[in-house]
Amino acid sequence: MVPLSHYIALSAILFVIGAAGFIFRRNIITVFMCIELMLNAVNLAFMAFSRFRGNLDGQLFVFFVIVVAAAEAAVGLALIISLYRSRDTLAIDELDSMKL
Amino acid sequence: MLERIWLIPLLPALGAAFQFFFGRKVKKSVVSLVSVGLPGVSFAWAIGCFFALLGRPEHLFTKVLYDWWPVGAFHLSSGAMGNLNVHVGFLLDPLSAVMMLVVTGVGFIIHVYSIGYMAHEGGYYRFFGYMNLFMFSMLVLVLSDNFLMMFVGWEGVGLCSYLLIGFFFHRRSASDAGKKAFVVNRIGDAAFLLGMMLIVVTFGTVNFQAVTEAARSGHYPILDPTITAICILLFIGAIGKSAQIPLYVWLPDAMEGPTPVSALIHAATMVTAGVYMVSRANALFMLAPAAMALVAGIGAATAFFAATIAITQNDIKRVLAYSTISQLGYMFTACGVGAFAAGIFHLMSHAFFKALLFLAAGSVIHALSGEQDMRKMGGLREKIPVTYWTYLIAALAISGIPPLSGFVSKDEILWQSYAGPHGHLVLWVAGWVTAGLTALYMFRQIYMTFHGTSRVEPEVEHHIHESPRSMLAALVTLAGLSVIGGFIGWPDLLGGSDRLGHFLDPVFENPVPVALKNYSAGREFDLMFLSVLIACTGIYVAYRIYVRRPEVADRVAKSFGPGYEILLNKYYVDELYDALFVNRVKNIGNAASGFDQYVVDGGVNGVGWTTRLTANLSRLWDLYVIDGAVNVAAFFTKLMSYPARVIQTGLVQSYAWLIVLGVLIFMGYYLVHF
Amino acid sequence: MTTVSIPDVMRILPELILAGFAILVMLFEPFVPAGRKRVLGWIALLGVLVAGMAFTWAPPNAGMAFSGSIAADGFSYFFIFLFLTIAALALLGSINYLERDNIHHAEYYALILFSTVGMCFMAASAELIMIFLGLEISSLSTYVLAGFRRHDPRSNESAMKYFLLGSFATAFFLYGIAFVYGLTGTTNLVDLAADLAQPGKWSTLTRAALILMFVGLAFKVSTVPFQIWTPDVYQGAPAPVTAFLSTGPKAAAFAVLVRIFLGLAGPSGPAAFWVIWISAALTMTVGNFAALLQKNVKRMLAYSAIAHAGYVLVGLAAAMASGSTEGASAVLFYLAAYAFMNVGAFLLIAHLAGPGEGRTEISDFTGLGRAAPGAAACLTVFMLSLSGIPSTAGFFAKFYVFRASVHAGLIGLTIIAVLNSVVSVYYYLNLVVTMYMREGEPQAARTPMPLPLYSAIAASLFAIFYLGLYPNHFLLLSTLSSKPLP
Repeated sequence: MVPLSHYIALSAILFVIGAAGFIFRRNIITVFMCIELMLNAVNLAFMAFSRFRGNLDGQLFVFFVIVVAAAEAAVGLALIISLYRSRDTLAIDELDSMKL
Repeated sequence: MLERIWLIPLLPALGAAFQFFFGRKVKKSVVSLVSVGLPGVSFAWAIGCFFALLGRPEHLFTKVLYDWWPVGAFHLSSGAMGNLNVHVGFLLDPLSAVMMLVVTGVGFIIHVYSIGYMAHEGGYYRFFGYMNLFMFSMLVLVLSDNFLMMFVGWEGVGLCSYLLIGFFFHRRSASDAGKKAFVVNRIGDAAFLLGMMLIVVTFGTVNFQAVTEAARSGHYPILDPTITAICILLFIGAIGKSAQIPLYVWLPDAMEGPTPVSALIHAATMVTAGVYMVSRANALFMLAPAAMALVAGIGAATAFFAATIAITQNDIKRVLAYSTISQLGYMFTACGVGAFAAGIFHLMSHAFFKALLFLAAGSVIHALSGEQDMRKMGGLREKIPVTYWTYLIAALAISGIPPLSGFVSKDEILWQSYAGPHGHLVLWVAGWVTAGLTALYMFRQIYMTFHGTSRVEPEVEHHIHESPRSMLAALVTLAGLSVIGGFIGWPDLLGGSDRLGHFLDPVFENPVPVALKNYSAGREFDLMFLSVLIACTGIYVAYRIYVRRPEVADRVAKSFGPGYEILLNKYYVDELYDALFVNRVKNIGNAASGFDQYVVDGGVNGVGWTTRLTANLSRLWDLYVIDGAVNVAAFFTKLMSYPARVIQTGLVQSYAWLIVLGVLIFMGYYLVHF
Repeated sequence: MTTVSIPDVMRILPELILAGFAILVMLFEPFVPAGRKRVLGWIALLGVLVAGMAFTWAPPNAGMAFSGSIAADGFSYFFIFLFLTIAALALLGSINYLERDNIHHAEYYALILFSTVGMCFMAASAELIMIFLGLEISSLSTYVLAGFRRHDPRSNESAMKYFLLGSFATAFFLYGIAFVYGLTGTTNLVDLAADLAQPGKWSTLTRAALILMFVGLAFKVSTVPFQIWTPDVYQGAPAPVTAFLSTGPKAAAFAVLVRIFLGLAGPSGPAAFWVIWISAALTMTVGNFAALLQKNVKRMLAYSAIAHAGYVLVGLAAAMASGSTEGASAVLFYLAAYAFMNVGAFLLIAHLAGPGEGRTEISDFTGLGRAAPGAAACLTVFMLSLSGIPSTAGFFAKFYVFRASVHAGLIGLTIIAVLNSVVSVYYYLNLVVTMYMREGEPQAARTPMPLPLYSAIAASLFAIFYLGLYPNHFLLLSTLSSKPLP
């Protein structure tokens, strides 16, 4: 059987990849997908913990997270469309009209 | 009467409320009726309360209106349990009674004066609204029975002062001066607040009587470090409000405000709040001799320093501003040597004659259509006689000529600083020299303004007129008070009984020994004689230089030739200092004889030199320290715009970087630092 | 096992009513003609009032609901009332704003209500996953609200930044929860406290998890270095939304911080306390000094909001250091006082900024003291209260926090806080000086205040003076409300 630490390590790697992608990718949609990746890393951790503790709560939480992530996707895509309409670009480094 | 003591602050507050809501719509006469009438009633009520207080054997009255802030139980720093309950309450004892009468009385007179003075200014109702609001705050400050409510009044007067200094907001200098005053004051306020917090954790209360009782219980040793810290913090608060070294710089700039404001706030009442606060906390200060020494030292240094600056100023109000700083220095000297009653006595007589000086100066400015430069005055004696005579009385009073009020109160301070338990010869010498300088700059002002030939600009000259009757009435009343004010504290030595001192005594009765050093009555008389002598010398020096100018000018002309005459005619006296100074250096080898040569010139040169030194120091301090602090935004814009530009880039991803960095730093710290 | 009982439902009645009215507003929208959308605003306001009244007239029994995931205690009641008040003020201030700027859509009111529901759940939850859900309900609504001026690029940018960074921070929060669950097998705060109180329970991973959760919340309350998004978002969002955003979600996140950190971090040793201490010192200082640089009113107030979060953290640090209720009640008092003055200030600025919010530079307010004396006087009171002048709520809020921290022995932190409040006077005063003492024609709008806005401003002013002059009633309330906490 695959030990818990493997799952947690994979989850941590996914989380870090998500965070790195958030910081380095230029397209807002990709950046947004990176957040989804981080949430899925969380889901993996919840599943693994739940399985190894023999406690179903964790799996329940995963459903909550998935639902929230879906809502977040809806809101996020709406904002992206609205942004594209007013700016004609989805490059994240052009979002800097307010600073200092 | 006493049960409704809350009416005294409330009435001016109602006046302010009226002006803010309806002032713009009603006629000027209604504005003045409400805003002068209500403080008048409040003054009458204060007199009533005063006599009611005299009728009580213990001369004490407290009234709690309601619980403001029941904090409940908590641990004191000593480990005991405290139970803090702050209420809105009034304390009327001899100290607050004197302050109450000064504030309402002088305040009322100045309100009357303002009717005439402000008649032609815009924002008439706004002015009176602010003035009434100020009266309310000041009365809350002096009548409250605890530190916290006092602090509310303290901030309130600061706010009104700020609003009134900037009253002529269309002048950039006025709004800058207002801001400077507010910011400098906040430095003091922060210290006051910290001091108050220390009081709460040490005594578990902010009530004046409870704190005084605890401090006098003998539970706390002399030189207790906490109490010393409290006293020093409170004193820093007082320094800010009462314009002492090093936080004095806002007061001269505050002269940008209308003259009645300078008289009421920046001479008679608000700036004395620091003296009142230190006197109110006298039981604490008596336990902290180190803080007392600091108070006395700063007071004496300020008195001398400000007086030397006053000699060089040419703006009629700025001379008075520096003079106020100097006189406040006297009051702090008195507090510092443990003679709180003498400080309060001087506070009262100073309120009379300095308010008078400002109001009379306002009358001069009014007569000259707004001219404030003394170099463009002169010879006004016959044209505005009432102003002249009242000004002269006030000048004699502040110079310490007997039997006027200033003589009595100043001499009490000088005697106490010599013979008091915390007194020292150095303090007396500083005070004594300052007394001479005071006479010098006051009579320089009198001679430049009222005597000699007129240097008024021709188009202004036609309009010179004596001020309206409401203003003159205020001047004459205050002149009367300046003359007789001294008699309520007339010293035993001269056949009086110092009634004010004995009245105030219960407030300042401390278990710590306060006996005077043992000197004979003769010594007191000698010192009194010396102080009158130096005052007369100061007047004489001013007379020599400023009235018998031709003679001095001749001498100058001889050494510099005819070319100097033009300069002399253009600049008059200030260049004279330079001339005399230079002259002196040139003739250093000449064994010139005579009193003039040695004493007068020597004095003038010495003063001139010190003055320039102190003026330069003060300018540098202003330039680098205070203006630096005031222009903190400009300073920090430069300093911080670089890191801000690097961090606040507006880019989402650099923000995310920072967040990740924050996570790593906090996590690292938390994991390592168990 | 788990059945829904009537008492349980009663304990979340305000949230249910709010959600019901939000749905009602959306359902009614198609039937309301374009010119009369303000009716929907009044319906939303009615919802807030009904929720408040339902709570007052039928107070639920204190206790846990839904298997221990909802805690109905004084603490949550205090915050729910605070959120209802903030929502009511924001609704009043928004009606005419939306009409003026031609963005009158019913979703706005529904989103304010939904966001309030989320905030209420955050304050009332005793369960980490419930807290997460509340956080997301309130966040998702406010992301949309921040971008509600759809055709304004700044508003869009603000919403996008808030959304991306907010989701980023939430992911950290959630990861923290996952680890807490994995290490203890529970996400219930009560069970968790019991579990972690056992000796040897704190491991490196537990600490890491706690920090991850702290980051998520610190983002919402905007403490340094997680404050970075705040100025951009507050500046770009519609001003009434900023009023809501800078008070409601911030207070909710503080409620959670207080619950988690006072309940859990105690046994973890002094390190958690020092994290709060450092955050407090940094947040106050960075906020105040950066505010000195600002030329835009909304941005200046955004930095001021950061600084105020720092003062609240001082109260939290005091609570953690002393273990008494004094610090916690200071936090509650501060959040309430701050809500009134900040909502009032932003609503007023929304009005003064004119159509399209075109005039939000500080220089646009030049000479307003003469052109619009009433509005200028109100704004002055808000500024004075924010800077902590006595007889306003701001003074007592600060004083109470400082006093708590002195009592807890945090002299150093108190001195930093007092010095900071001195610095802060400068930029608040700068606005007052600009309004009253600079020459020039004001660019800001001079149209009279509409009645709904007027009533919101009047209510805020009343609260400011009420808390400043008679703080004792409210103080008692906040002290009682912080009693159930450990």
